[in-house]
Amino acid sequence: MSNPQQLRYSKEHEWLSGADEGVSTVGITEFAANALGDVVYAQLPEVGSTVEAGETCGELESTKSVSDLYSPVTGEVTAINENVVDDPSLVNSEPFEGGWLFKVRLAGEPADLLSAAEYDAHIAG
Amino acid sequence: MSSTELRHTALDAVHRSLGATMTDFAGWDMPLRYGSERDEHLAVRTRAGLFDLSHMGEITVTGPEAAEFLNMALVGNIASVGVGRARYTMIVRADGGILDDLIVYRLAETEYMVVANASNAQVVLDALDERSGGLDVEVRDDRDAYALLAVQGPASPGILKSLTDADLDGLKYYAGLPGTVAGVPALIARTGYTGEDGFELFVKPEHAVELWQALTEAGEGAGLVPCGLSCRDTLRLEAGMPLYGHELNTSLTPFDAGLGRVVKFEKEGDFVGRAALVEAAARAEQNPPRVLVGLIAEGRRVPRAGYPVVADGTVIGEVTSGAPSPTLGKPIAMAYVDAAHAAPGTEGVGVDIRGTHEPYEVVALPFYKRQK
Repeated sequence: MSNPQQLRYSKEHEWLSGADEGVSTVGITEFAANALGDVVYAQLPEVGSTVEAGETCGELESTKSVSDLYSPVTGEVTAINENVVDDPSLVNSEPFEGGWLFKVRLAGEPADLLSAAEYDAHIAG
Repeated sequence: MSSTELRHTALDAVHRSLGATMTDFAGWDMPLRYGSERDEHLAVRTRAGLFDLSHMGEITVTGPEAAEFLNMALVGNIASVGVGRARYTMIVRADGGILDDLIVYRLAETEYMVVANASNAQVVLDALDERSGGLDVEVRDDRDAYALLAVQGPASPGILKSLTDADLDGLKYYAGLPGTVAGVPALIARTGYTGEDGFELFVKPEHAVELWQALTEAGEGAGLVPCGLSCRDTLRLEAGMPLYGHELNTSLTPFDAGLGRVVKFEKEGDFVGRAALVEAAARAEQNPPRVLVGLIAEGRRVPRAGYPVVADGTVIGEVTSGAPSPTLGKPIAMAYVDAAHAAPGTEGVGVDIRGTHEPYEVVALPFYKRQK
């Protein structure tokens, strides 16, 4: 498993893309997707709502459990991935690509996020 | 329980080499899944799956009075089980509360193997020990004497046939015979917990790896995959089979669990729990407290054990097991609900999923029955 270098990571296993005109993409890491098992239901934040860094903003259900989804940053949700709503298994098969969860317009500079190397160390520990 | 205290099966290294996600199950470090649990589930429904079930608790009962003893200690008519056959049964307390559900194999005229759930094996062993006083029987803890591998799914007879000369066509459901599989001595049983045709192979632990590899190779062309406990749970749930600690516990009698048919009042002699179970049978007939039903979600949120079942804003029951059903493509659950809401098709029933009342359809169990 390799965590893409260009992304930043939260300790709650979300990833955040670099901002494109102030908007970043959020998903969960392959490590988190593997730990959950097959994701069968994704409840994502509503478009237009505000998410807060470190706060829950949705949930992911797998065969065995339900897990809270945490936002790695504060900002306004500009889009959600309807493909994941229709087919939550994308979170397992393409966690860093087609399985992205939502896009957020950053309210400020994200804090306390990890680099790929730091996240590698975090999940190894 | 810390991981250092977990027990490991004879197949532990195999699971690790296959990259299994492991889980603590009743004190055993067991494979939860190897890859996608949904794929493993569907493999068992359509092809075949290979399971390590070595955590199950084997107890051997031998002696001239073995049959009489088990008739007295368990609720079923064990004396009537023919040699080479098996029976699903239960052990209850004097008050009728279920201590465990069991499969009992009659290996010889005076020899039985009782297979208990891993979580209850010690309880069953203690109860059998206590109940054996004064009888000419020996109750032996054989938990470490066996590894248990299961091959389940429609392709399993073909896979096993390629590895054994045993008469599998003559081996009926709930029968077991001694034989040799891939050169390994085994008790070959046609039993399982998946709702599919399949076999359970009791072997010495030192033969487990060899047998696993042979089954893996023999099953390759038929699409056999290693399967973990996660899909075992969804397979048994779809098949409407109870799991101890979920649908069964000491505060329920077999009649409360809708399994009164395992209690054989007509058998000879007294048995532990008889008086209490006579009352429980009458109560279940005339004034059932709650009834075990199936629930199918209209939406996609998954009910979990312990979630309240509701109707008109009132709690009318509780979910005992719930999961997304790979076969139905919808979340399903088993639940105990008040008798007034238990009829299939009852309107207005929902499950309280973390504060939201999601609509559910009440159905008869099982959710899935294989085509024979």
